[in-house]
Amino acid sequence: MPDIDAAPDDLLPEPFRRWFAGRGWAPRAHQLELLAQAREGRSTLLIAPTGAGKTLAGFLPSLVELAGRPVPRNSPRPPGLHTLYISPLKALAVDVARNLERPAQEMGLAVRIETRTGDTPASRRQRQRRDPPDILLTTPEQIALLLASDDAEPLFADLKRIVLDELHALAGSKRGDLLSLGLARLRAIAPVAQTVGLSATVADPDTLRRWLVPQRGNAEMGELVIADPGAAPDLSMLDSAAHVPWAGHTARHSLKEIYGLITRHTTTLVFVNTRMQAELLFQELWHINDANLPIALHHGSLDVSQRRRVEAAMGEGKLKAVVCTSSLDLGIDWGAVDLVVNVGAPKGSSRLMQRIGRANHRLDEPSRAVLVPANRFEVLECRAALEAVRAGAQDSAVVRSGALDVLAQHVLGMACATPFDADELFAEITSAEPYAELSRADFDDVVGFNATGGYALRAYERFARIRQMKDGRWRVANPQVAQQYRLNVGTIVESTMLKVRLASAKSRFGGRVLGEVEEYFVETMSPGDTFVFAGEVLEYLTITENEVRVARTSAKEPRVPSYAGGKFPLSTFLAARVRALLSEPARWASLPGQVRDWLELQKLRSRLPGREDLLVETFPRGGRYHLVAYPFEGRLAHQTLGMLLTRRLDRAGLHPLGFMANDYALVIYGVSDMSLAIAQRRLSLDALFDADMLGDDLEEWLAESALMKRTFRQCAVIAGLIERRFPGKEKNSRQVTMSTDLVYDVLRRHEPGHVLLRTARADAATGLLDIRRLSDMLTRVRGRIDHLALPRVSPLAVPVMLEIGREMVAGGASEALLAEAEDELIREAMRAGDDDSGPGR
Amino acid sequence: MPATMTAGPADERTGESEIELAGARLVLDPAGALWWPAERALIVADLHLEKGSAFAARGVPLPPYDTRATLALLERLVARWAPRTLIALGDSFHDRGGAGRLGDEERASLALLTRGRDMVWIAGNHDPEPMPGIGGLHAGELRLGRLTLRHEPAAEAGEGEVAGHFHPVARLVLRGRSLRRRCFATDGRRLVLPALGAYAGGLNIRDAALAGLFGGAFDAHLVGAARTYRIAHHACLPDR
Repeated sequence: MPDIDAAPDDLLPEPFRRWFAGRGWAPRAHQLELLAQAREGRSTLLIAPTGAGKTLAGFLPSLVELAGRPVPRNSPRPPGLHTLYISPLKALAVDVARNLERPAQEMGLAVRIETRTGDTPASRRQRQRRDPPDILLTTPEQIALLLASDDAEPLFADLKRIVLDELHALAGSKRGDLLSLGLARLRAIAPVAQTVGLSATVADPDTLRRWLVPQRGNAEMGELVIADPGAAPDLSMLDSAAHVPWAGHTARHSLKEIYGLITRHTTTLVFVNTRMQAELLFQELWHINDANLPIALHHGSLDVSQRRRVEAAMGEGKLKAVVCTSSLDLGIDWGAVDLVVNVGAPKGSSRLMQRIGRANHRLDEPSRAVLVPANRFEVLECRAALEAVRAGAQDSAVVRSGALDVLAQHVLGMACATPFDADELFAEITSAEPYAELSRADFDDVVGFNATGGYALRAYERFARIRQMKDGRWRVANPQVAQQYRLNVGTIVESTMLKVRLASAKSRFGGRVLGEVEEYFVETMSPGDTFVFAGEVLEYLTITENEVRVARTSAKEPRVPSYAGGKFPLSTFLAARVRALLSEPARWASLPGQVRDWLELQKLRSRLPGREDLLVETFPRGGRYHLVAYPFEGRLAHQTLGMLLTRRLDRAGLHPLGFMANDYALVIYGVSDMSLAIAQRRLSLDALFDADMLGDDLEEWLAESALMKRTFRQCAVIAGLIERRFPGKEKNSRQVTMSTDLVYDVLRRHEPGHVLLRTARADAATGLLDIRRLSDMLTRVRGRIDHLALPRVSPLAVPVMLEIGREMVAGGASEALLAEAEDELIREAMRAGDDDSGPGR
Repeated sequence: MPATMTAGPADERTGESEIELAGARLVLDPAGALWWPAERALIVADLHLEKGSAFAARGVPLPPYDTRATLALLERLVARWAPRTLIALGDSFHDRGGAGRLGDEERASLALLTRGRDMVWIAGNHDPEPMPGIGGLHAGELRLGRLTLRHEPAAEAGEGEVAGHFHPVARLVLRGRSLRRRCFATDGRRLVLPALGAYAGGLNIRDAALAGLFGGAFDAHLVGAARTYRIAHHACLPDR
């Protein structure tokens, strides 16, 4: 650890000290530490909360070095790029550049600072290659593009420092994989360059520290600097006076209280988990906005210009509140935000901490945040999250290794830059943290994929995209390959989006574009259905080419309900905390009365889920038989489990009709008495929940799973098997399109071990199907299934049973029907019935 | 939305459906082929063989197994009906060079398929000329009994046209879930077959190009695992 107290003057040259003093500031300890590490030539990870001067800390060593740089006289070529800054958001790169210009100017430093994003004009991009600035601020995709050109070496040869902003947000994702590979190449071109990672607090800083230095088999790590975390956040849960709903995600019952909070604060950010929830809440807030407070809406589906307007108004302090999704989790700092409201369950403690950090960017004052649970399970989840945040406990990151589709893209990019030697490239790639464990066989498969598709049937030798030269190095077969690469670069595969256009009264074709929605949402609608979008209830008229035509409607309630749950599944870490809270009645004192009563009644009528076992209840209801399990493993894992259990029950002749899952539980319903089947030993729960369902049953289901097909499509696009805008966009009515589903079907049947299918399965394991989590759970509960045959629905089962109701009204039944179903269920669960003989085993 | 209906099942065990076209009794095989019992003819459309290698030549190396997948399906159909005549309604190869790119194994199974029966290749827009070394007869169109068999439906067709070209698919929304299937499209005067090729995509029957073929109402017969499902065209939804 450098001795910072002794020699701050030494670390910070005169113009810098004057600049700090002139603003009445003193350099912070972590800023000086980073300078000291830089002087020693060490790559360093800085963990600091928002508002701690993190970005300045990252750039100070560069500015100091550039300030002390001798002015070159008659040098044969201009000095190359000195510092590269990489951010996950292009808006952030632009904002940081602006914030960096100011101190540089005020200190009179002759430093050229420029940004490079997809929006940068081609002429400037060309000039930047010829005559690079001192500091370039950009995104991972731009780095990939720069590295894939033949002038990458001269451009980056003089590079001294690389600053990776919001590293926690990039690491562990495919974008992070792409960045890590680019970083490995940058280090190969400029071995002296130091890397600085800037990150929010994470559970496992060592992974990020390994990111910063080349991996050579000993898990080498960069240095670590942890900034003073500042004041602890002032965090509370809204204890609504109103009835806490059993299910749903709108938090409508707390609307007045949320509005009250907005009124009493200067600027409030209201976070929700999905775009549709944002739409609904925004609409509800405006219904009661008697004071006409400027409240805006921000989410990823809205038209870009509209989002920019909201961000600008926010920057100017013109807004009282913004209802937003994770679209504002990261990004530009707004000083005026003094309250964060998180509606719905936070799903993970790390995300929650990130959101809380968006309020009050002054370190010495606490950030203020209020959690608003939308239903009873969310009360438990909010309580668990609150305790986690107070204890500073983070979700641990999911262990995953670098994705092979991203690797395929990178390998092609490297061939575009200059011919590569496979051994050398393999060594370079395994120096990147996510790929440190990459096997040579996988690497060779990826090279083979880029050459001829990598199929066992070697039919495409003459169509190879990269070829081996006489000396064994690989080069691109023709310039079109490089062009294809450039069009395909990046790892963000948007689901096909359709523009939402308001049909004008006069013509079929006029009208304003309100934003975009995912194709699969529209696919579930029929003309005449109504839905909420851009803050209005709209009627779906028709689809033309790539637009949805809608009309305004006088309907107050949309007929098509929003997505059932949160976008993110409950984190494993938070799930364990919720289970612990449930199993310890002594800790219930902190819960609202209604929720406590609900749990007490569950204890009386059934049992509470244990910390480690799996509670399974079976009961009859409404002429059907139900099986409810409470794994608390998140909606995605539960959906997968539901699919697999339904198949097994069907094979066992128990005729399941369907299932429904939320973040906490799943219910399977059918026409056979499952309690009886268990009692007669025709059905063994141990066998039903055996982890061997992840073998053949899973394979069989994957064959036709739409989620799996979507996952495969993303891998195929990233790897460059399928062109980005294929199939679809430029389709005219006569042109026949081919979907990637057909490719998936053929490949799966004829070469199930192909590298792209392996990639898609690995993605499914941690992604949309969450198979790894399901597998962990099944292993954990083996031999610990706690079954109760009940005479009727249990109190804890009510929320997931209500989801069944929701599913059945999708597309049209009335609200009254839903309310009736809900009332009936609750009465039944709470009633101390005459036939109540207590739970049977 | 009206409930799904089937055409009259010709055979309860196998579940193929029977229709009448210009007085000819025809059977819709749920795999997407047409069986004409009176002529003992099996009719298929739009095989698009070697589409994968056509893409590979353009730098998109799709899995090279599409031809064998399509031929395997054709083998099952031939084994099932034992046709005297096998008729492919055009676009049998994805491009003019398709036959030249056939692998040895695929070339052999194609030869086996056509052995001992008449094979008629009808010209399509992707394969207007006879393919060298493939055997069988090549025809622009074919009149057989009361039916005219051609690739692209004629603008002014009389009674009894059987064609392909359009790759019809139908889309439905059932209980909030979207379902898209290949289908036969017919108004009792003309019949458009679904594409059989493993990589052949689909065109929605509500698309003007396809819907315009039929003056008025027509039915879609959606292919299923063991039977076809007949749905009125107006009950099907457009894609976009």
